[in-house]
Amino acid sequence: MRLRKLLHITFIIIVCFSCESETVNTYKNTPSPLEIPKLFQENILAPIVPIDNPQTEEGIALGKKLFFDPILSSNNTQACADCHAPENAFTDSDRFSDGVEGFFGNRNSMPLFNLAWNYDEKFFWDGNTFSLEHQAFIPVTDPIEMNSTWQNIEQKLKQHTDYPELFEKAFGTKTIDSSLVTKAIAQFERTLISANSKFDKHLLGEIELTPQELNGFNVFMDEARGDCFHCHGSDKNPLWTDNLFHNNGLDETFTDLGLGAVTGDPADNGKFKSPSLRNLAFTAPYMHDGRFTSLEDVINHYSEGLKNSSTIDPLMKKVSQGGVGLSENDKADLKAFLLSLSDNEFISNPEFKKE
Amino acid sequence: MKNILSLLLITFFTLISCGEDNENDTSQTNITFNFSHTWDGTAVTNADFNDIKFTNENGDKLSIERLRYLISRITFTSNSNEKLVLNGYNLIDVTNNQNLSITSSAFIPQGNYRDLSFTFGFTNEDNSGNYEDLNSASWFVPEMLGGGYHYMQMDGKFINNADEEQGYNYHSIRAADNPGDNPTFPQDTFFNVSLGEVTVTNNAKFNIEMNIAEWFKNPNRWDLNVLNQMLMPNSDAQIKMYENGQNVFSLKSGD
Repeated sequence: MRLRKLLHITFIIIVCFSCESETVNTYKNTPSPLEIPKLFQENILAPIVPIDNPQTEEGIALGKKLFFDPILSSNNTQACADCHAPENAFTDSDRFSDGVEGFFGNRNSMPLFNLAWNYDEKFFWDGNTFSLEHQAFIPVTDPIEMNSTWQNIEQKLKQHTDYPELFEKAFGTKTIDSSLVTKAIAQFERTLISANSKFDKHLLGEIELTPQELNGFNVFMDEARGDCFHCHGSDKNPLWTDNLFHNNGLDETFTDLGLGAVTGDPADNGKFKSPSLRNLAFTAPYMHDGRFTSLEDVINHYSEGLKNSSTIDPLMKKVSQGGVGLSENDKADLKAFLLSLSDNEFISNPEFKKE
Repeated sequence: MKNILSLLLITFFTLISCGEDNENDTSQTNITFNFSHTWDGTAVTNADFNDIKFTNENGDKLSIERLRYLISRITFTSNSNEKLVLNGYNLIDVTNNQNLSITSSAFIPQGNYRDLSFTFGFTNEDNSGNYEDLNSASWFVPEMLGGGYHYMQMDGKFINNADEEQGYNYHSIRAADNPGDNPTFPQDTFFNVSLGEVTVTNNAKFNIEMNIAEWFKNPNRWDLNVLNQMLMPNSDAQIKMYENGQNVFSLKSGD
């Protein structure tokens, strides 16, 4: 009887003690939904934001800090931004980027903008990775890129003076892991929205294009001349890409199989993602392997440089003649139009630059 | 692509109201439409793509690499000429096996109908709309050709007269002349597909078949050496597609 009474008292003390020491989880982040540009709102489907990684001010801020911090590389010398520079619309002006050990890849760094509108969520030139969160995993441990290990990164972030608190603010935990790192980076990357080019402003009625730019747009939309719109958007699709994979006649044989290496289907050999034509003024060199240094090279390729192969896209015209053979005037006008898709406000946006 | 038909409501257009009709049929049902494809009776799926294995009426050997087409306004016409219209559209993407089967969320009264029909492409009125999903799928037509949307994209390769592989783009749109700021339209090239009498039973399914070979056959024997690419601004080619499309679709079964 005395024992039962003692246990009862002890239980009450424990309960009271527990009540005294119990802390209320005060984690609360601030929703920060994407600001969808008017032309996007009016013309295309809503962006993809995973239900388990909603946009928050704290998550975006953390992702931005991580994006510009070389702490993610093995020897603390390379950040995401080193190969995805804001002034280059988040790509690399070098044909191939060098990693922390001085190794070079064989593809040009992809520019980063409007990534939330990649509806199929297939990332990289060959679409080998599904979702933006998973994309962020890859370069960190790639031996020819940042060559790090997640164990190492987690250790460094936990010991950092700022990061534990920033993770707690963003995700309500000081337990830092790779999943939260990539979620934060993906949140920041989704904010990289480009929709203020000269052509956007023209569509919004704010500015007039030059006659040369207007004719260039006509070349772009004319199936008998440029026929660019089937793969690269239009005034109705302001992404300026279909985000799909095509063989655009670069080679007769392939040293890089592209999508074919991912799917294992020979019919996909030599296919690479259509890049957006936004921000071409800042994203040279061009193509998946950065083989073209100028827009003139790109236009000449489609005009008279096409090479036939078994998987060349049927949308490529007059392949046996090398292409549609644009006039010099049409080439110049097409270039002028393409440059009107560049967004100076995007590359100078302080929200997207290192603080 | 979302199944647009499932999101939209049925509208009634009573043209004539006499005789017997479905007023006494109190039970209603949703309906599934399945779309299948053949080459003159041989089943075709995307597994058959990217291989020069078909021969058209003209003797051209060809492959299919991409096939998408749009249908709209599926309509049940009762014996009293009441029209039940599913106000929506469906972009059928054979390449990616998308939307080959759609189920309407709207309910149709069970009973006999003298016709099941749909529009291939868009009516001109529907074609003037702005559709976010179709824009996102790069399905639009340049404004210089009148704007709107494709009705069909069939792309592939054929063996030309020089015995070389060559691309073709059999793209069906609203025929237009005088490309530019003020294109003109010689004739409509969307068309009504009438599948004939049907009986709607509970959870009815209708299997609609496209014979792809028909696009190259009748009444215009299609010579891919002559008509292969840049057909969108070619109103004569568009009208030929319209004519050849008349017998492309059939109802294989309904239950």
